[in-house]
Amino acid sequence: MSRSLLPLIGKLWLFAILFFLYAPILVMAAMSFNASPFYQLPFELSTRWYQQMAGNGQILSAALRSVGIAMVTTLVATALGTAASIGLFRYDFAGKKVLMVLLFPPIAIPWLITGTAMLIFFFAIGIGRGTPAVIIGHVALALPYVIVTVTARLSSFDITLEEAARSMGANSWTVLRRVTLPWIAPGVVAGGLFAFAVSFDQFVVSYFLSEPGDSTLPVLIYTAIRKGFTPEINAISTIIIAVSMLIMFLATRYSRFAGDR
Amino acid sequence: MTELTASADRRRLFALLSPAYLWLTLAVFLPLSAMLFFSFLTDLPQDNPDWSATFDNYARFLTNPTYAILMWKSVKLGLMVTLGCVLIGYPCALVLARTIKGRARETLFLLVILPFWSNSLVRIFSWAIVLRGNGMLEHALNWLLPFELRLELMFTTHAVVIGLIHSYLPYVILTSYLALQAIDDDLVDAARSMGASKLTILRRILLPLSLPGLLAGAVLVFVPVVGSFMEPRILGGRMGTYYGTLIEDQFVSVYNWPLGAALSFTLLAVVLLILACASPILGKART
Repeated sequence: MSRSLLPLIGKLWLFAILFFLYAPILVMAAMSFNASPFYQLPFELSTRWYQQMAGNGQILSAALRSVGIAMVTTLVATALGTAASIGLFRYDFAGKKVLMVLLFPPIAIPWLITGTAMLIFFFAIGIGRGTPAVIIGHVALALPYVIVTVTARLSSFDITLEEAARSMGANSWTVLRRVTLPWIAPGVVAGGLFAFAVSFDQFVVSYFLSEPGDSTLPVLIYTAIRKGFTPEINAISTIIIAVSMLIMFLATRYSRFAGDR
Repeated sequence: MTELTASADRRRLFALLSPAYLWLTLAVFLPLSAMLFFSFLTDLPQDNPDWSATFDNYARFLTNPTYAILMWKSVKLGLMVTLGCVLIGYPCALVLARTIKGRARETLFLLVILPFWSNSLVRIFSWAIVLRGNGMLEHALNWLLPFELRLELMFTTHAVVIGLIHSYLPYVILTSYLALQAIDDDLVDAARSMGASKLTILRRILLPLSLPGLLAGAVLVFVPVVGSFMEPRILGGRMGTYYGTLIEDQFVSVYNWPLGAALSFTLLAVVLLILACASPILGKART
């Protein structure tokens, strides 16, 4: 093959994949602005589905619940995860490897298994279904992401800075507040954004843990799709995907997760 | 790093680590253990005080072939989707890591992995709109082609496979790309200067060195696909009965939780077996 043809084919392949990844999302977004309720063409611009969605109390309360759960999850998971990362980074102790490996199951085991296990266990100990159960589950799923992100940032932290501060008389709280935390702040912000995304986009675990009629946005959408969907669902889905892509875009800006920078 | 000497250090370490790990224990590890326990019961203790221990829930897996058939169907789906992701994703990672340079590479990489982090349910829903009869794909093809075409993709296994590849493709691209871009350029230059063709460089240098990354990506796709239920439900219709949907049914419509727990745990055993076999590869890929 000639010298210039191969890279060209490669680039075309890459753009074909980008088309494959984005085309359905763009079609869905376009249909949310189409006046026809049966996705009929020709396209006729209209915002009626967004208006209808804004008047739909069920969608609005589910959206509020989703955002609220995601915010609580973010706060709790970021606080606990950052503390654990500092502990894992600062001290050398037996069993540290085991603790790192224990972060793997919540990510690697299919959520169907984790979700159903949580449902059984939470019923057995009396927590049952509902928003508290959903939050407990989301925090557990988000923790590994926070710890991995913050630990990655910590690995570039020079531990002698802490020793220097301590030798000049700072106590450990001051060291944490004035030296360590400012350094890892970008990692903490990125970890928090990951946690928000994990919770906001979470469907499987929420599906098993939320009370019927008291569901999060993805659960509401799943139920609606199975009943036969309307462009209202496109409208709210378009908003969700825009929000979650924006959050992830910000997260990658703050972290070194996105490769070689 | 500080050695643990003083008891004050030990206390501080405990204070830092215990909240996160207690939470994981309460929300993940105890529930998984509880599920194992409940899978050996006839009834849930809170529903029926006359519960007793039994192996029936697992015996059903052996006596009723439906369960094993569905498990095999899910494993086959996992293999198909994984193969698709590898064949489509690896060349893409290759182009991204070895052909494109500088800022363009960073932007394109971000564009590829961004959908992966967005809502998977919504992305599957978007395929329902594209694939449905008289949907976008048929419109587009009929506009391009001179003859009338009926695809009838919606509610078929193909639709499920397409949707799942769309969901998990970025995983393979991500891990392969990270492995590929870590390969020293000098190595490739040296091979080229000694007259190696592009194919030889790919076969003898790039592929072997990035294989751990590629395999890690494959495992990370295979495991969740075997446990998928939402994608087959939405895109598969009546064809969409898989092992995952079987488990979902036990919990949300049949309400046979002990059986559901046994089915879930069997799936977990299969998944853990696969992860254990792959763990040397995954360990290598992380470095």
